[in-house]
Amino acid sequence: MFGILASMLDGVLVGAVYGLAAIGLTLIWGVMDVINLTHGAMITLGMFALYLIFVKTGIMPYAALVPVAVIGFGFGLAVYWTSVHRVITRPPLMSLLSTFAVNMVLIGLGTALWSTDLYNVNYSVPGVTVQGFTFTGNHILAALAAALIAAGLFVFLQHTREGKAIRAVASNRRAAELMGVPSTLVLSHAFALGIAIAAVSGALIATLFPFDVLKGSVYELKSFVVCVLGGLGNPAGALMGGVLLGLIEGGVTPFIQVSWVPVIEFVLFVLILIAFPNGLFARGTRR
Amino acid sequence: MSLSKPFFWILVAVVAVFASVPGLTNNVALRESLLLSAVSIILASNLNLMIGFTGYVNFGNIVFFGLGGYFGVWLVVVAGVNLYIAALTGGLMVSFIAFLFGTGILRLRGAFFALATIGIAEAVKAFVSNFEPWGGATGLYLPLSTLIEFGGGGKTRIAMNNTMWTVYYLMIGIMAASLFLSYWIKRSKFGLGLFAIREDEEAAAVLGVNTPRTKAIIYSVSGFLPALAGAFYFFKSGLIKPEEAFDLHRSIEAIVMVMLGGQGSITGPAVGALLYDQLRGYLLTDPVLSSFQLVIAGALLLACVLFVPGGLMGWIYGRWPALRGILE
Amino acid sequence: MSTLLEVTGLSKSFGGLRAVNNVSFHVNRGEILGLIGPNGAGKSTLFNLVNGVLPPTEGRVLFDGHDITGAPPYKVVRLGLARTFQIVRPLNDMSVRENCVVGACFGRENLSLAAARKVADEVMETVELESQKDILACHLTIAFKKRLEVARALCAHPKLLLLDEVLAGLNPSEVARMITIFRTIRESGIAILMIEHLMQAIMSLSDRVVVLNFGEKLAEGPPLEVTNDPVVIEAYLGDPDIAHKLEED
Repeated sequence: MFGILASMLDGVLVGAVYGLAAIGLTLIWGVMDVINLTHGAMITLGMFALYLIFVKTGIMPYAALVPVAVIGFGFGLAVYWTSVHRVITRPPLMSLLSTFAVNMVLIGLGTALWSTDLYNVNYSVPGVTVQGFTFTGNHILAALAAALIAAGLFVFLQHTREGKAIRAVASNRRAAELMGVPSTLVLSHAFALGIAIAAVSGALIATLFPFDVLKGSVYELKSFVVCVLGGLGNPAGALMGGVLLGLIEGGVTPFIQVSWVPVIEFVLFVLILIAFPNGLFARGTRR
Repeated sequence: MSLSKPFFWILVAVVAVFASVPGLTNNVALRESLLLSAVSIILASNLNLMIGFTGYVNFGNIVFFGLGGYFGVWLVVVAGVNLYIAALTGGLMVSFIAFLFGTGILRLRGAFFALATIGIAEAVKAFVSNFEPWGGATGLYLPLSTLIEFGGGGKTRIAMNNTMWTVYYLMIGIMAASLFLSYWIKRSKFGLGLFAIREDEEAAAVLGVNTPRTKAIIYSVSGFLPALAGAFYFFKSGLIKPEEAFDLHRSIEAIVMVMLGGQGSITGPAVGALLYDQLRGYLLTDPVLSSFQLVIAGALLLACVLFVPGGLMGWIYGRWPALRGILE
Repeated sequence: MSTLLEVTGLSKSFGGLRAVNNVSFHVNRGEILGLIGPNGAGKSTLFNLVNGVLPPTEGRVLFDGHDITGAPPYKVVRLGLARTFQIVRPLNDMSVRENCVVGACFGRENLSLAAARKVADEVMETVELESQKDILACHLTIAFKKRLEVARALCAHPKLLLLDEVLAGLNPSEVARMITIFRTIRESGIAILMIEHLMQAIMSLSDRVVVLNFGEKLAEGPPLEVTNDPVVIEAYLGDPDIAHKLEED
């Protein structure tokens, strides 16, 4: 019995990281109605950025999150100006396809650079063992880092000038412009911020599991599941959705074969998308 | 279709070339490469019914092809059904399932629908990989004897040769049917409803288009011919596996083809499919570029989306409007 | 005159906000009913409830003997109730004629393409749009876009036409032409329910007027009577006695 509980608790730790990844996706959707299909590539980017920094400099992975975030932000700006800015006012199909195209390019380059071999960040923090079940330090620290970053983001969005500008543009771009908010600049920053969060969450995932170039897309799909659970465009919901997904994964793995987990995940995903297009934790109505 | 339309004769000419050249020259390599082009045209044309005609991106379009293949091969191997009946049943099953799913997921608009199609593609792939009656992750194998029997029996080499050619001609037929279907829908009242949905779904409903039913029907229709093609294709291969049948990569390539050639046009997706196939063939044989195939395809897609959203044919019709009347 | 549209106790809530509250009115066959009220009074929401764009929270909508409460818009059009949008929604990448053909094809008579083309040509002539017929809808001027809204709805051969601020944003000569068009439409036997801010149009066209304020029906009656009703004037201009009071002080 404790085994299942522990497995679920461990799932929650990993789920917090899923939640962080999903926040990156949901932030961009909430601000500019763009479903960012470069998300997976950016998670991969975070994984490899962390790996290379760790291998080359040997600094602690958690300290390396800062340069990873900076790299992610830079990539985010570049992607925004090359391929999102032009299509942002066009039908949603176009931004979907353009970010998807960028994803193809980045994954293609990544595959050419690093092939599809498995990589591993060889760094482990001693964990806590309770009744024979070990919660690894990596899992605990990753969940902690994810929670801290998410909290930081909320403070940023609620209480800083730049954060308020982002929220203003999200709720009404025209009106924000009339109030003197430079909306294009704000959009580019919000997009880059979303990408930076995706990259950081990728880096955190790299401290938990082995990874390869294509793994980003696996976590991208998980992010979609999480967003759908939490409601697209709702960062707090995304974190809860992440925890919920982790809970489900942790709760079912003791009972079924691992290969059935994605079946359950995606069926759940489609069903929830159909039944609750605004997410399970949606507040009020939103068209 | 009116016999006076130039499009009809262009279609006949293209199909005639596809059907006769490899046979007359007895060129097996050419046949195989044209077969792959035919599959590409089938996938792209039918995907265009969703993207170009209705304005919905189906990222999981390959699911139709793969499921059709599974139903077809399974019926032949396990139930011992004749290939034609198996393929037809597969096609109808896929259309039926698509209709049911479509009624649900097509309540979702735009980007949410696209997300759901990704979910469905992944769910189906994961499910089939675990589904023991269909061989799970190892897939299904056709006994050689079935392929020989389909070719008329007798000497293995001759019978297999017959089988390969028959499947090739069937595929050309499905390709022609796909193009004809696009043409017919574009000119029909049903097609007009689709275009209205593409432009503004709410306005379409207020004008009287039964949007939920129309969308579910086109989603279902766009699955039929790819499913049929899947059944024949995997029969010819002699085996079917989840990662080949539900190769998301192929879904994506179909999207690139549609955007490259021109979404919403009839000729566009076919031209895009041919061009992309040529490009892929070239890239794959080049030692350096072969590892950058995805990068180049992605860059191509990006360029189309950013600079020529109407694709090649959209650009051509923009410059020479008279051609639209001839080629569409 | 018999009743064509009968709305009883219609209400709509968005979260805590009651946008339309217990509104009842009717439209007779062949009449023009004006629906007026200050901005945010719930007029457009009422339209959305009547033609099924939004499901009502409470109440009934009867049209031509059918209960259409909560029926989707495409079913409502088939019965003969067509509408225009306040913010024009042309099918951008299609020509003006194609826009009209869509309206005719899927309208009350469920016409074939060929028959629908004929109807579209007739209607485009009625609303003086035939000079624009091959232009893509997105390239039209705003005045022509408004006219296209009317044309598309007319193509459905409706019994009742809901017009949502078709005259807003038009210059005086365009307004005058549009009013003539509305008269032609009414003469052909089609009833009209129109939301309009332009009092000149309401006064000259409507047989009766319904006034809405804060989601509730404030007044109903012939145009002259309603516009002189102090309650209505207060809703629009504030307290009518306020000037007197200020002078007295």
